[in-house]
Amino acid sequence: MPSPLVSPITDFVRGIGKPGINRGPSTLLAVALPLLLVMAGSLSPTWPVIAAAPVMPPLGFILLLAWQHLRPGLFPVWAGLPLGLFDDLFSGQPLGSAVLLWSLAMILLDILEVRFPWRGVVQNWLVGGAIITGYVLLSAQLAGGLDLPLLLPQIALSILAYPLAARLVGAVDRLRLIPIRKY
Amino acid sequence: MVAPVNRRPGHSRRAQYGTFFGYLLAIGGLGIGVLLLASGGDDSSAAQAARNGAADITAPAAELAAAGRSEGQGFLAVIGGYLTRGSRVARLEREVAEARVKLAEQAALGEENARLKALLGLAQGEVRPVATARLIGSSSSSTRRFATISVGSRQGVRPGMAVRAPTGVIGRVLEVGDNTARVLLITDTESTVPVRRATDGIQAYAVGNGDGTLKIRLATTGINPLRKGDAIVTSGSGGLFRPGEALAVIVSLTPDGAIARPLSDPGATEFVIVEPIYDESTAQAATAADGGR
Repeated sequence: MPSPLVSPITDFVRGIGKPGINRGPSTLLAVALPLLLVMAGSLSPTWPVIAAAPVMPPLGFILLLAWQHLRPGLFPVWAGLPLGLFDDLFSGQPLGSAVLLWSLAMILLDILEVRFPWRGVVQNWLVGGAIITGYVLLSAQLAGGLDLPLLLPQIALSILAYPLAARLVGAVDRLRLIPIRKY
Repeated sequence: MVAPVNRRPGHSRRAQYGTFFGYLLAIGGLGIGVLLLASGGDDSSAAQAARNGAADITAPAAELAAAGRSEGQGFLAVIGGYLTRGSRVARLEREVAEARVKLAEQAALGEENARLKALLGLAQGEVRPVATARLIGSSSSSTRRFATISVGSRQGVRPGMAVRAPTGVIGRVLEVGDNTARVLLITDTESTVPVRRATDGIQAYAVGNGDGTLKIRLATTGINPLRKGDAIVTSGSGGLFRPGEALAVIVSLTPDGAIARPLSDPGATEFVIVEPIYDESTAQAATAADGGR
């Protein structure tokens, strides 16, 4: 016979993820996970890659893009300001570059969202690829020098990374909406 | 996906204001970005403090990651080593035979050098490193080339100090946090290192290309005397880098100089040494003339 102390805990563990009429997602998880994922992407310069040339995709930005495509309106339209500032602390870009470009991208995505509310994978990838290309080029320009042949590998990698980021965002989206809170 | 956003939130004044101010703030974000960039806020002490504070906070995790990186590389190197063992053993044996001869020659030279130095009354200056550190990160997605190392002002690191790997110079300290420091790698487009050719001392500048190579610009114009395979060492002018430290090897020639590949690969380096500034007074004068950077 289970002790009265253990029983509610085991019940709780068994009940995780099971939908029910008296369950809902935890607000904390639902709000914090997207933010944390984008910030973790911004932290990619501290990952175990020391690069001699810019090759890593701007992961924070790509993840933000993927979130906006999957859940338009999840991030407020001004989210580029704080998240961009955080990205600037780690990216090595001059301070303000991501604040400017992320804000610009958020406004642009918002306009696109109004014009084309129904989209498929291909449209998302096309839009994402175009915005990422523009972002990489403008970032290089702001960092003090545009050298296209140098940037091409990074642009290609970033465009290829977009669907992966979208899958990751999809998985985290399911995780964040797991109904674990009881009403 | 269909848009679940309610862009026109009905008659609620509060919701309408919320949307309106959201857009206002977004456009404000644009303005703040432009202001930060235009005001040169990047060099301000507040920006440096924020960046270095952020690096300090993430340093423990980044150090773990750095250890993982070297482990992973060691693992791959072991696998690669098995595949190419035979040919490498043969090559290494040949090289050892050559090196033995060279070693004998070097010993003779060293003896002669010591004798001559004693004759001149010069003291052998031993370089005592300021600190030994781990490379814990690099700006891998930006076109600027910065690295972060795991020592800072607490360990006595100051801006301008040279950072070197076992195989050669990798850069110099740009900003210092408590326990981390940002290093301007020699391959950054803003980095200029005074250099000379190892054999005859032709003066030049090594400017970063941003893609892992260096542009060697000759200090004097005229016929390009550089050849493929020439070794480039630091010249010591400017006072930041000690003279005679290995830097790069020329891989191709250009009309007014050459392209060189650095001897040290930051990606293959785990530990680096921070060296004291070579000549304090010269470095200060040069920095002042340079406008502080």
